[in-house]
Order: sequence, then structure tokens, then C-alpha cells
Amino acid sequence: MKRSYVIIGVLVILAFLLYRFFVGTQNNVVTKDENVKGKWAQVENQYQQRLDLIPNLVATVKGVAEFEQSTLTKVIEARASATQIKVDANSLTPENIKKFQAAQGELSAALGRLMVVSEQYPQLKANQNFLELQATLEGTERRIAVARKDFNEAVQDHNTYIRKFPTSLLAGMYGATPKGFFEADAGANKAPKVEF
Amino acid sequence: MKGKKIIPLFFLFFIFCGCSSAFAQELPPKPNPPKLVNDYAGVLSVEEKNVLEQKLVAFNDSTSSQIAVVLMQSTGEYPVDDYAIALYRDWGIGQKDKDNGVVILCAMADRRVAIITGYGLEGALPDAVCKRIIEQNIKPAFKQKQYFNGLNEATDVVIKRASGEYTADEVGGDEFPAGGIVGIIGVFLFIIGLSFFIQYHRVKRYAILNAIDFWTAWQLLSAADRRNQRNSSGGWFSSGGSGGGWSSGGGFGGFGGGSTGGGGASGSW
Repeated sequence: MKRSYVIIGVLVILAFLLYRFFVGTQNNVVTKDENVKGKWAQVENQYQQRLDLIPNLVATVKGVAEFEQSTLTKVIEARASATQIKVDANSLTPENIKKFQAAQGELSAALGRLMVVSEQYPQLKANQNFLELQATLEGTERRIAVARKDFNEAVQDHNTYIRKFPTSLLAGMYGATPKGFFEADAGANKAPKVEF
Repeated sequence: MKGKKIIPLFFLFFIFCGCSSAFAQELPPKPNPPKLVNDYAGVLSVEEKNVLEQKLVAFNDSTSSQIAVVLMQSTGEYPVDDYAIALYRDWGIGQKDKDNGVVILCAMADRRVAIITGYGLEGALPDAVCKRIIEQNIKPAFKQKQYFNGLNEATDVVIKRASGEYTADEVGGDEFPAGGIVGIIGVFLFIIGLSFFIQYHRVKRYAILNAIDFWTAWQLLSAADRRNQRNSSGGWFSSGGSGGGWSSGGGFGGFGGGSTGGGGASGSW
């Protein structure tokens, strides 16, 4: 009689601990997932700011100088294709991130080229509007870099958690899959850093 | 199969760790006692540092926004703006919920300067404005080795721009507001009155129970309380909370834990 009570007690405690483990894991997965989504919003936001900046920049460059047409065309085309690639916060798969990064990377390269070429036009360097746009672009590139780094850290935290034992046993059950992150690309490092 | 997956993961992990720890090693530690003007390059005189520090502390007191000026010899292999962002986050400049901080970091030997704004001051100090401060205030002065003048002007512009943005609502001021004093006296009087009221009823009940007059009961009870107090130390008023002392003015209270998204500008002179 007494022994069965003890067994039941132990079973109840075990069941309770197991339950806590399930709940705790699920909550942690949700928290980390939300954190990644929040950081992704920052990334998108900063990239969007860059997209918004470009029409102004192109207009200013066109208005001030007889600018090399092919460079401008490349920026406009790269912007158009980058605008089309949006990644939903619920599908941050490695493939999607890769596509996003590739499109934005092309734009980075085109913009970098534009900034280098603009060095050859003294009229541009004397134009206040252009200088402000240039400073804003520089700041936006830096904010993009910071947002990407923060996003990568959140993804790393998330991916490590769902792959580590014993939470890895449950992660699949909750539908948690590893998320993609930004890889160091040549385009980002060549962010236009132009001296005045 | 599994091994193949794990190796790149480990590799990445080390890359990430490497990035953050490399910075952590080379960042100057948070100043203790906290200071807003930190001259690790030995460029400013003591008076110059005091003038700047007082101005920035006054600004922090009135608006809760924090402007840190950091002068270094060099930021090593890191770009000055990346270094400034890492330093900003490490020190936690600005208030935690407002991120209203600015760091002006100068690498003297590299001849490079960065102004990095917290999330909360990006509106008041857009990147183009930061760039303009570098171009118009810092660069001309620094070229002539007028380091104090450049920083003094730059902080003036930052203060002017950021003035309307925040108010120091939760920063403990030096003066105690008049309303607060009235409130405290009121609470104090209420507690005294309440304790007298309780004591009066206690004595009256004691007097009725023992069929003695009020003043005899009062004396007996007080004597008993005194005896109890000696034994247990739990008497009237002994449990009053110690008043939370508010900091006296003067120094800088410390960084508030703010963060930055990397807004601002950088340049060289």
C-alpha cells in the first residue's frame, strides 16, 4: 500500500518535470523565434531605407552632371530587381536569405561604382544636396551592417538552441527549423566609403 | 552525414566569437568613476576636460541624453565607426529605454573621427548633420591642432540639435520638488496621527478592562512597552524605512545602458 503511494508520487513528479521541460522548451523556441523576426524587421527596414534613397540620389546626380549613363542604368536596374525580392519573416530559410543577399549585394556593388565614378565630377562634390545624400547613404550602409550583424547573432542563438540536445528532440515537433543568415560578402565590405 | 553539417557550424561559431572577443579585448573599459569626457590620448588639458565634462553633465542632468567624448591614440585595425559602435554598445551610452546617446570618438594618430548616434537621437541628428558637424566644426579645428575648440563647437551643435528631444523626467534632480516635500510631511503627519490614535484606543481599552483611570493605564502601558523594547527592539516607530538618499549634484551618474543601430557619420582630418 505504502509503496504504491511512493511510486505514484514519483511518477507524478516525473510527469510534472517532463511537462515543465516541454513548456520551457516551447517558450524558449517561441522567444528566440520572435527575436529573430524582430531583428529581421530591422534588416528589412534598413535595406528599404537604402532603396528609398536611390531615386533621389539618381535624380541629383543626373541633374548636376553629364553622368556616365551605364553606371546610372546599372544602379536603377539593380534597385528594381532588389525591390522585387522580399523575404517574409515566417520563411527565413537559408535559400531565401541567400537570394535576398544576392539581390541586395548587386545593388551594393552598383552603388559603390556610382560613388567611385562620382569622385570624378567636381560639380557633384560641390553640391550640398549630393553631399547630404552621400552622407545618408554612408550611414544607411553602416546601419545595414549593424542590423545584419544583430540578425546573425539572433539566428545563431536560435539555431544553436534548436540543434542542441535535448531540445533538439522537441524542436522538430514545434516546427522549428534552422534559419538562414548573412554570409560575409564582398559587396557589403565595399560599402561606399568616400572621402570628401 | 551529421559530421558534415556540424563542422561548418562550429566554424561559424568561432568566427562569431572571434569578432566579438577581439573587440572586447581592445575596447577601453567603462570609466570608473563614470565620466563623459575620456581622453586616453592625453590631448586635452585638465581645465579643458573639466569645461567639456561640466557642459555635458549639465546636458545629461537636464535632458537625460548622454554625449560621450572619447579620444584615443588609435582604433587599431578597426574602422573608426565600427569601433565607436562597439564602444557605444559596450558602455551603454544613453538611457536604456530611450537610446538617447551620442559618442564622438577621435583616433588621434589615425586622424579619424566618428560621431555615432543612438536609436533615439537619429531623428534629431541625422547622418547628414553628423557629417556636417565633422566637416564644419571638427575638421577645420583639428587640422590646426585646436582639439578643444573643435570638440567644444561640435558638442555645442549636438546639444543644440538634441535639446528638444528628451527631458530628464526620471533622472533624480539636485533640487527636491516642492510638491514632494509637502507630500512627505503629509505622510509623516499621517503616520504620527495614526499611531497616536491606535495608542489612545489601546490605553482606553486597557483602562476599561482593568477598571483604572486613563492616565494610570497610559503609564503602565508605556512602562511595559519600554520593557518590551529592550527585549525585542520592536517598538513604535522602530520600523520606519530609511529614506532613500538622492544623489547630490556635481558628478556624472553613469551610463544608462542605451544602444545604437549605427547611425551617424565618420571622416578624417
